[in-house]
Amino acid sequence: MTTTTSGSAKVTLPAPDQILIEREFAAPASMVWRVLTEPDLVRRWWHAKRGEITTCEIDLRVGGTWRYAMRPFNGKEFAFYGEFLEIVPSRKIVQTETFEPFPDAAATNTTTLSEHNGVTQLRILVQHKTVQARDMHINSGMESGLQDAFDLLEQAAVSLT
Amino acid sequence: MARAATTTDAFNAIAEPRRREIIDLLAGGEQAVGELVRELGLGQPQVSKHLRVLREVGVVAVRDHGRQRLYRLNGSALKPIHDWVKNYEQLWSERFELIDDVLTDLRKDQADDHDH
Repeated sequence: MTTTTSGSAKVTLPAPDQILIEREFAAPASMVWRVLTEPDLVRRWWHAKRGEITTCEIDLRVGGTWRYAMRPFNGKEFAFYGEFLEIVPSRKIVQTETFEPFPDAAATNTTTLSEHNGVTQLRILVQHKTVQARDMHINSGMESGLQDAFDLLEQAAVSLT
Repeated sequence: MARAATTTDAFNAIAEPRRREIIDLLAGGEQAVGELVRELGLGQPQVSKHLRVLREVGVVAVRDHGRQRLYRLNGSALKPIHDWVKNYEQLWSERFELIDDVLTDLRKDQADDHDH
Protein backbone atom coordinates (compact mmCIF):
# COMPACT_ATOMS: atom_id res chain seq x y z
CA MET A 1 0.00 0.00 0.00
CA THR A 2 1.05 3.55 -0.59
CA THR A 3 2.18 5.45 2.46
CA THR A 4 3.29 9.02 2.77
CA THR A 5 4.84 11.38 5.20
CA SER A 6 2.57 13.27 7.53
CA GLY A 7 1.27 16.50 6.11
CA SER A 8 0.66 15.14 2.64
CA ALA A 9 -2.37 13.29 1.39
CA LYS A 10 -2.55 9.62 2.22
CA VAL A 11 -3.92 7.61 -0.67
CA THR A 12 -4.81 3.95 -0.19
CA LEU A 13 -6.74 1.35 -2.14
CA PRO A 14 -9.15 -0.46 0.19
CA ALA A 15 -10.65 -2.45 -2.70
CA PRO A 16 -9.97 -2.78 -6.44
CA ASP A 17 -12.83 -0.41 -7.24
CA GLN A 18 -12.14 2.12 -4.49
CA ILE A 19 -9.70 4.82 -3.61
CA LEU A 20 -9.41 6.45 -0.21
CA ILE A 21 -7.84 9.86 0.36
CA GLU A 22 -7.13 10.95 3.94
CA ARG A 23 -5.70 13.97 5.69
CA GLU A 24 -5.91 15.69 9.08
CA PHE A 25 -6.46 19.40 9.51
CA ALA A 26 -5.75 21.49 12.59
CA ALA A 27 -9.19 23.06 12.56
CA PRO A 28 -12.70 22.25 13.76
CA ALA A 29 -14.91 20.18 11.47
CA SER A 30 -17.33 23.07 10.99
CA MET A 31 -14.51 25.13 9.47
CA VAL A 32 -13.26 22.32 7.21
CA TRP A 33 -16.85 21.84 6.11
CA ARG A 34 -17.04 25.45 4.95
CA VAL A 35 -13.83 25.08 2.96
CA LEU A 36 -15.27 22.02 1.21
CA THR A 37 -18.73 23.39 0.48
CA GLU A 38 -18.58 27.17 -0.09
CA PRO A 39 -17.77 28.02 -3.72
CA ASP A 40 -15.67 31.09 -2.84
CA LEU A 41 -13.50 28.91 -0.59
CA VAL A 42 -13.36 25.88 -2.94
CA ARG A 43 -12.03 28.21 -5.63
CA ARG A 44 -9.00 28.83 -3.46
CA TRP A 45 -7.81 25.20 -3.35
CA TRP A 46 -9.37 22.89 -5.94
CA HIS A 47 -7.01 24.11 -8.70
CA ALA A 48 -3.99 22.63 -6.85
CA LYS A 49 -1.91 25.44 -8.44
CA ARG A 50 -2.25 23.68 -11.80
CA GLY A 51 -4.63 26.02 -13.57
CA GLU A 52 -7.51 28.44 -13.30
CA ILE A 53 -10.95 27.47 -12.01
CA THR A 54 -13.52 28.68 -14.52
CA THR A 55 -16.67 27.35 -12.84
CA CYS A 56 -17.46 26.44 -9.26
CA GLU A 57 -21.14 25.90 -8.57
CA ILE A 58 -22.48 24.12 -5.49
CA ASP A 59 -26.16 23.68 -4.73
CA LEU A 60 -25.71 22.07 -1.34
CA ARG A 61 -28.91 20.11 -0.76
CA VAL A 62 -29.98 16.54 -1.41
CA GLY A 63 -30.79 16.37 -5.12
CA GLY A 64 -28.82 19.56 -5.73
CA THR A 65 -26.00 19.56 -8.26
CA TRP A 66 -22.39 20.74 -8.34
CA ARG A 67 -20.03 21.53 -11.15
CA TYR A 68 -16.34 22.45 -11.18
CA ALA A 69 -14.43 23.38 -14.32
CA MET A 70 -10.80 24.28 -14.72
CA ARG A 71 -8.45 25.43 -17.43
CA PRO A 72 -5.05 23.87 -16.73
CA PHE A 73 -1.95 25.91 -17.52
CA ASN A 74 -0.88 23.30 -20.04
CA GLY A 75 -4.07 21.83 -21.42
CA LYS A 76 -7.70 22.02 -22.41
CA GLU A 77 -10.49 23.01 -20.06
CA PHE A 78 -12.23 20.12 -18.34
CA ALA A 79 -15.13 19.73 -15.94
CA PHE A 80 -16.50 17.49 -13.23
CA TYR A 81 -20.08 17.51 -12.06
CA GLY A 82 -22.50 15.52 -9.96
CA GLU A 83 -25.42 15.43 -7.58
CA PHE A 84 -25.63 15.46 -3.79
CA LEU A 85 -27.15 12.27 -2.39
CA GLU A 86 -26.72 12.82 1.34
CA ILE A 87 -25.66 15.80 3.44
CA VAL A 88 -24.97 15.82 7.18
CA PRO A 89 -23.55 19.27 8.01
CA SER A 90 -19.97 19.22 9.33
CA ARG A 91 -19.91 15.42 9.14
CA LYS A 92 -20.70 13.80 5.82
CA ILE A 93 -21.37 14.38 2.12
CA VAL A 94 -22.28 11.67 -0.38
CA GLN A 95 -22.18 12.87 -3.96
CA THR A 96 -21.82 11.53 -7.46
CA GLU A 97 -18.87 12.66 -9.53
CA THR A 98 -18.70 12.49 -13.31
CA PHE A 99 -15.78 13.50 -15.50
CA GLU A 100 -17.57 15.34 -18.30
CA PRO A 101 -16.23 13.38 -21.31
CA PHE A 102 -17.51 10.14 -19.77
CA PRO A 103 -21.10 10.69 -18.62
CA ASP A 104 -21.72 6.98 -18.07
CA ALA A 105 -18.86 6.61 -15.61
CA ALA A 106 -20.05 8.34 -12.46
CA ALA A 107 -18.27 7.54 -9.23
CA THR A 108 -19.85 7.97 -5.80
CA ASN A 109 -17.71 9.94 -3.37
CA THR A 110 -18.30 9.79 0.36
CA THR A 111 -16.59 12.58 2.29
CA THR A 112 -16.53 12.28 6.06
CA LEU A 113 -15.20 14.63 8.72
CA SER A 114 -14.46 13.55 12.26
CA GLU A 115 -13.19 16.01 14.83
CA HIS A 116 -11.16 15.04 17.85
CA ASN A 117 -9.43 17.53 20.16
CA GLY A 118 -9.72 20.28 17.59
CA VAL A 119 -8.17 18.19 14.82
CA THR A 120 -10.41 17.10 11.96
CA GLN A 121 -9.79 13.99 9.94
CA LEU A 122 -11.00 14.20 6.34
CA ARG A 123 -11.69 11.00 4.41
CA ILE A 124 -12.81 10.91 0.79
CA LEU A 125 -13.82 7.46 -0.40
CA VAL A 126 -14.22 7.18 -4.18
CA GLN A 127 -16.37 4.23 -5.18
CA HIS A 128 -16.57 3.24 -8.82
CA LYS A 129 -19.49 1.31 -10.24
CA THR A 130 -17.57 -0.80 -12.73
CA VAL A 131 -14.06 -1.71 -13.69
CA GLN A 132 -14.68 -0.08 -17.07
CA ALA A 133 -15.66 3.18 -15.40
CA ARG A 134 -12.54 3.06 -13.34
CA ASP A 135 -10.43 2.39 -16.39
CA MET A 136 -11.93 5.34 -18.18
CA HIS A 137 -11.06 7.51 -15.23
CA ILE A 138 -7.52 6.26 -15.31
CA ASN A 139 -7.24 7.00 -19.00
CA SER A 140 -8.99 10.35 -18.74
CA GLY A 141 -6.64 11.32 -15.95
CA MET A 142 -3.70 10.50 -18.14
CA GLU A 143 -5.09 12.43 -21.09
CA SER A 144 -6.14 15.52 -19.21
CA GLY A 145 -2.54 16.14 -18.24
CA LEU A 146 -3.79 16.76 -14.74
CA GLN A 147 -3.51 13.13 -13.78
CA ASP A 148 -6.64 13.88 -11.91
CA ALA A 149 -9.17 11.85 -10.46
CA PHE A 150 -9.32 8.60 -9.89
CA ASP A 151 -8.77 5.52 -9.47
CA LEU A 152 -6.66 3.01 -9.52
CA LEU A 153 -5.25 0.04 -9.69
CA GLU A 154 -4.06 -2.81 -8.29
CA GLN A 155 -2.87 -3.35 -4.85
CA ALA A 156 -0.17 -5.41 -6.45
CA ALA A 157 0.90 -2.59 -8.68
CA VAL A 158 1.13 -0.14 -5.85
CA SER A 159 3.09 -2.39 -3.57
CA LEU A 160 5.80 -2.76 -6.20
CA THR A 161 8.13 0.14 -6.04
CA MET B 1 -17.74 2.88 -24.26
CA ALA B 2 -15.76 0.23 -26.09
CA ARG B 3 -12.29 -0.54 -24.94
CA ALA B 4 -9.42 0.10 -27.25
CA ALA B 5 -8.90 -3.09 -29.22
CA THR B 6 -5.18 -3.01 -28.75
CA THR B 7 -3.47 -3.55 -25.46
CA THR B 8 -0.42 -1.52 -26.12
CA ASP B 9 0.49 -0.41 -22.65
CA ALA B 10 0.37 -1.64 -19.09
CA PHE B 11 -2.71 0.44 -18.30
CA ASN B 12 -4.78 -1.31 -20.92
CA ALA B 13 -3.26 -4.69 -20.24
CA ILE B 14 -4.24 -4.67 -16.58
CA ALA B 15 -7.72 -3.29 -17.25
CA GLU B 16 -9.04 -6.82 -17.82
CA PRO B 17 -10.22 -8.42 -14.54
CA ARG B 18 -8.73 -11.85 -15.29
CA ARG B 19 -5.37 -10.31 -16.07
CA ARG B 20 -5.48 -8.47 -12.77
CA GLU B 21 -6.12 -11.80 -11.07
CA ILE B 22 -3.05 -13.20 -12.79
CA ILE B 23 -1.01 -10.23 -11.57
CA ASP B 24 -2.25 -10.82 -8.03
CA LEU B 25 -1.33 -14.49 -8.23
CA LEU B 26 2.12 -13.77 -9.64
CA ALA B 27 2.69 -11.15 -6.95
CA GLY B 28 3.07 -14.15 -4.65
CA GLY B 29 5.92 -15.57 -6.75
CA GLU B 30 6.80 -17.32 -9.97
CA GLN B 31 4.24 -19.84 -11.25
CA ALA B 32 3.80 -22.37 -14.03
CA VAL B 33 0.88 -22.01 -16.45
CA GLY B 34 -0.72 -25.15 -15.03
CA GLU B 35 -0.89 -23.65 -11.56
CA LEU B 36 -2.43 -20.45 -12.91
CA VAL B 37 -5.00 -22.46 -14.87
CA ARG B 38 -5.97 -24.34 -11.72
CA GLU B 39 -6.18 -21.26 -9.53
CA LEU B 40 -8.12 -19.17 -12.04
CA GLY B 41 -10.51 -21.92 -13.08
CA LEU B 42 -10.10 -20.98 -16.74
CA GLY B 43 -9.10 -23.01 -19.77
CA GLN B 44 -5.44 -23.13 -20.63
CA PRO B 45 -5.94 -21.33 -23.99
CA GLN B 46 -7.58 -18.38 -22.23
CA VAL B 47 -4.88 -18.19 -19.60
CA SER B 48 -2.20 -18.38 -22.27
CA LYS B 49 -3.88 -15.57 -24.18
CA HIS B 50 -3.93 -13.33 -21.11
CA LEU B 51 -0.32 -14.18 -20.34
CA ARG B 52 0.64 -13.28 -23.90
CA VAL B 53 -0.96 -9.83 -23.53
CA LEU B 54 0.80 -9.28 -20.23
CA ARG B 55 4.09 -10.40 -21.75
CA GLU B 56 3.72 -8.09 -24.74
CA VAL B 57 3.59 -5.06 -22.46
CA GLY B 58 6.33 -6.46 -20.24
CA VAL B 59 4.21 -6.90 -17.12
CA VAL B 60 5.17 -10.58 -16.92
CA ALA B 61 8.32 -12.38 -17.97
CA VAL B 62 8.70 -16.06 -18.75
CA ARG B 63 11.49 -18.61 -18.55
CA ASP B 64 11.74 -22.28 -19.42
CA HIS B 65 12.43 -24.64 -16.59
CA GLY B 66 12.66 -28.21 -17.82
CA ARG B 67 9.34 -28.90 -19.53
CA GLN B 68 7.60 -26.09 -17.69
CA ARG B 69 7.22 -22.43 -18.60
CA LEU B 70 7.41 -20.30 -15.50
CA TYR B 71 5.87 -16.84 -15.37
CA ARG B 72 6.84 -14.04 -13.04
CA LEU B 73 5.85 -10.44 -12.45
CA ASN B 74 8.05 -7.65 -13.77
CA GLY B 75 7.50 -4.82 -11.31
CA SER B 76 9.22 -2.17 -13.40
CA ALA B 77 6.55 -2.46 -16.11
CA LEU B 78 3.97 -1.53 -13.50
CA LYS B 79 5.94 1.54 -12.51
CA PRO B 80 3.94 3.91 -14.76
CA ILE B 81 0.85 2.91 -12.82
CA HIS B 82 2.60 3.33 -9.52
CA ASP B 83 3.75 6.75 -10.73
CA TRP B 84 0.19 7.60 -11.60
CA VAL B 85 -0.89 6.91 -8.02
CA LYS B 86 1.94 9.07 -6.74
CA ASN B 87 0.78 11.82 -9.07
CA TYR B 88 -2.74 11.53 -7.75
CA GLU B 89 -1.42 11.73 -4.22
CA GLN B 90 0.61 14.78 -5.19
CA LEU B 91 -2.48 16.47 -6.60
CA TRP B 92 -4.36 15.99 -3.35
CA SER B 93 -1.37 17.02 -1.24
CA GLU B 94 -1.24 20.32 -3.11
CA ARG B 95 -4.96 20.84 -2.61
CA PHE B 96 -4.69 20.07 1.10
CA GLU B 97 -1.83 22.51 1.58
CA LEU B 98 -3.99 25.20 0.02
CA ILE B 99 -6.84 24.18 2.33
CA ASP B 100 -4.45 24.70 5.28
CA ASP B 101 -3.94 28.28 4.06
CA VAL B 102 -7.68 28.87 3.74
CA LEU B 103 -8.24 27.48 7.24
CA THR B 104 -5.57 29.79 8.62
CA ASP B 105 -7.34 32.76 7.06
CA LEU B 106 -10.71 31.65 8.44
CA ARG B 107 -9.23 31.36 11.93
CA LYS B 108 -7.80 34.85 11.59
CA ASP B 109 -11.17 36.23 10.48
CA GLN B 110 -12.80 34.55 13.45
CA ALA B 111 -10.22 36.02 15.86
CA ASP B 112 -10.73 39.48 14.35
CA ASP B 113 -14.48 39.17 14.81
CA HIS B 114 -13.98 38.35 18.46
CA ASP B 115 -11.80 41.43 18.91
CA HIS B 116 -14.54 43.75 17.66
